[in-house]
Amino acid sequence: MLYSLILRVAARVLVPLLLLFSLFMLLRGHNLPGGGFVGGLVAASAFVLYVLTAGVHESRSVLRVEAHTLLGVGLVCAYGTGVFAMVLGEPFLTSLWVDLHLPVLGHLHLGSTLLFDIGVMLVVIGTVLLMVFSVEDRLPGLAEE
Amino acid sequence: MLLAVLSIFAGAALAPLLVRLFGRASGWVLGLLPLGVFAYFVRQWPHVTHGEPLRQTYQWVPSLDIPLSFYLDGLSLLFALLVTGIGTLIVVYAGAYLAHHDQLGRFYVQLFSFMGAMLGLVVADNVFLFFVFFELTSLASYLLIGFYHTEEESRRAARKALVVTGGGGLALLAGLVLLGEVAGTWEFSQMLDLGATVQEHPYYLAIFVLVCAGAFTKSAQFPFHFWLPAAMAGPTPVSAYLHSATMVKAGVFLLARLHPVLGGTTLWTGTLGVVGGFTMLMSAWLALRYTDLKQILAYTTVMVLGLLTMLLGIGTKTAIKAMVTFTVVHALYKGGLFMMAGSIDHETGTRDLLELGGLRGAMPWTMAGGVATGLSMAGLPPLFGFIGKEVTYEAALHAGTWGPLILGVSVLANAALVGSGLLVGLQPFLGEVKGAFTREPHEAPIGMWAGPLLLGGLGLAFGVYPAFIDHSLLQAARAGILQESAELHLALWHGFNTALMASLVTFALGFSIYAYWSGLRATGFMKGLGTLFGRGPGQVFEQGLYGTVRASHRLTRLVQNGRFRWYLFATFLAIFVLVGGGLFTSGSTVGFSIAEEVTYYEAGLAGLIVLAAGVAVRTHDRFVAILALSVGGYGVALIYLLFGAPDLAMTQFAVETLTLILLVIVIVHLPGIQGEEPIGVRLRDGLVALGCGALLTTIMSIIIRTPLDMEVSNYLSSRSYTEAEGHNIVNVILVDFRGLDTMGEITVLAIAAIGVYVLMRMPRQRTPALTTEASAGEKATSSEDGSSA
Repeated sequence: MLYSLILRVAARVLVPLLLLFSLFMLLRGHNLPGGGFVGGLVAASAFVLYVLTAGVHESRSVLRVEAHTLLGVGLVCAYGTGVFAMVLGEPFLTSLWVDLHLPVLGHLHLGSTLLFDIGVMLVVIGTVLLMVFSVEDRLPGLAEE
Repeated sequence: MLLAVLSIFAGAALAPLLVRLFGRASGWVLGLLPLGVFAYFVRQWPHVTHGEPLRQTYQWVPSLDIPLSFYLDGLSLLFALLVTGIGTLIVVYAGAYLAHHDQLGRFYVQLFSFMGAMLGLVVADNVFLFFVFFELTSLASYLLIGFYHTEEESRRAARKALVVTGGGGLALLAGLVLLGEVAGTWEFSQMLDLGATVQEHPYYLAIFVLVCAGAFTKSAQFPFHFWLPAAMAGPTPVSAYLHSATMVKAGVFLLARLHPVLGGTTLWTGTLGVVGGFTMLMSAWLALRYTDLKQILAYTTVMVLGLLTMLLGIGTKTAIKAMVTFTVVHALYKGGLFMMAGSIDHETGTRDLLELGGLRGAMPWTMAGGVATGLSMAGLPPLFGFIGKEVTYEAALHAGTWGPLILGVSVLANAALVGSGLLVGLQPFLGEVKGAFTREPHEAPIGMWAGPLLLGGLGLAFGVYPAFIDHSLLQAARAGILQESAELHLALWHGFNTALMASLVTFALGFSIYAYWSGLRATGFMKGLGTLFGRGPGQVFEQGLYGTVRASHRLTRLVQNGRFRWYLFATFLAIFVLVGGGLFTSGSTVGFSIAEEVTYYEAGLAGLIVLAAGVAVRTHDRFVAILALSVGGYGVALIYLLFGAPDLAMTQFAVETLTLILLVIVIVHLPGIQGEEPIGVRLRDGLVALGCGALLTTIMSIIIRTPLDMEVSNYLSSRSYTEAEGHNIVNVILVDFRGLDTMGEITVLAIAAIGVYVLMRMPRQRTPALTTEASAGEKATSSEDGSSA
């Protein structure tokens, strides 16, 4: 844990902002620069920032799920997208689109590629966090002192 | 036939459940399944023996033109009846033999899988179907030999069998593919009259060698015979079924099946005759060296396989007649004798001839079966074994120029077989009880003596009245091998002829061997035989195996020496040599051009990156080096941004940040850079680094001067919105056009993360796995020496 007051205060503000920003990146990705991969990296950075200020133990409890669960869920999302298309008789991984008209949100153009991108994002977050957590577990140093 | 084969596999799937339901009676219940399949094949008897082979085809892989096709002619019927008939007895026997074993369900799964594979093998028509079953028998055999998997000897024997038969299987696959290509068909039944075409083809030699490699390994011909005696480490029902009556005959079956296609040439006759004849003679005498009932039976099995191979090599009508007859003779007596040996072992606690004797009172039913089958093995009249021996001699006499030699070899081998037959079938029951048995000897349960008795009774019945099978089944089987039908007739009495004289000589020699066995065993000749052919080949195999393991260990140490700098050096040197070599040989013109306009901030950024690289090289502090490298990375990301690749730039920024943090987390645990490498090493590394840099610069300059092909870009940008409903081409490529690539990449990412996780969790110690393996090998080899000496 880094005993830097400035970093801790900054993290308290930055972590939620970064997480929000990562979602923003993910959602705009299909039409503007962004996407699941970058979104995942941003979200992972946010958590790593939290690890640096609050320590691995605290971060784990805040995350609520294990890092490897994120990996698994991410892979299931990505592969599920592919299999889902097969269930509907399309070739594996064909993207499917629906137009929704919701009362509050208005018109929504949704594609299965979003689910795929969420899978990518979760795998990226899971990978980074699993690496950071396991290195810190084994070699408690920088973050846990 | 598909249903027959599949039902056996279904039996494998249901076996554990049935064992749980019926407990110790499960052998009798499960035996009904192979019995039913046996009955099915008996029903095909009239058609098939009248020369009307049955052919059935089902769709399997239509896109590759591989059907599930089955072919039942006399040869297949003979083997199918043996597989299911003896299989029934074995299933019942195993139920009693392993009644107290808590893994009986698992045993039946493996046994039925084997039975299904073996049955499929003998009735398969398609080459690939045949091969699949052939490999399945090897696999099932591996599992069954290693059934007592907690014992090292079993595991080693299983591995030996798998490596030898599996290796042969690979050769066989190549041979069969060549054969199919040459013959132009993938069905055995359509190949049978294409012998002339195949034999004139330049590939004939290759096909022959490869097919022989498959058949000889499977059927334990010299010098591959060593795996079969070792396989006796499996439970006795397995030895009785796989390693005497059925599986080891798969190689012989293959040769018989392909006899019309490949047989009849000088090459065929010479190879099969010499290999088979030598195997027969060697193993017949080798059997006399051992005192373990199962070892004796194993070597005599090798002897019979040699005999069958030799007879197939001779290939005359009488020879094939002898071959089909002896196949039945051997299956009947060897299956029975193995079961008897297992019963004795089971009820007395030993199967060593030196400790056995006087069991006639305690085990009368086992004795009845043992004597009937043992005397058939010894070839005494009026048992079926006598007829088998007579027709063998008859075949030798009709073999032309080499006839006298073949006859001499056969007499010598059969004399030893007479000795072994009497030793195994009579010796344990005669005389007085020697020493104390570890268990009080008592009669085995009915499930264990019924089988040998039934097989012994059949041996007697076929001997007295061969018309049960000679004119029908054996004749059809020979017709299947020779592709021409002729009358086949067997009889006990052929009058006073040369064959009978040879038989009398055989008996005289055989009884002497039996009488003076203990003295014979101790002679230098027998000891030499045991060392040279008994233990020798197996040891060569083991040494070769461990030599390979040791060599690969050394190679790994050399290449993967754990020095990170060495890996980097090797990687970059390889890049330099391969890419540079490619560039050099491609003959591209190399020239440098500076982009027309360079803005001041681009130049500044480039300068910053170069400066950062210089600092990273010169610094002695790891922390500074990493920071300097990151500066370089951010600089590159900025360049991406300047040249219109915001997606790439964003990713680069994020990756750079995370890498920096990860490296810093790890780096605090490493010592500082201590000292400097010698000047020679630094010079070498510097040269490689400069070389790679120069190379990449050169390539970049070539790429810049090449006119950009916009076809792919245009295609993607025109389709991006119309087909994938997205404006960001980069993301559309990632999640849609090239979604499969992304899927692969995230999978690799996840695996890498799990790899880090596992590495970090491993206890910090040197793993001595390999050294113990190697030393265990040496230890076991030496114990093998001890046990058989």
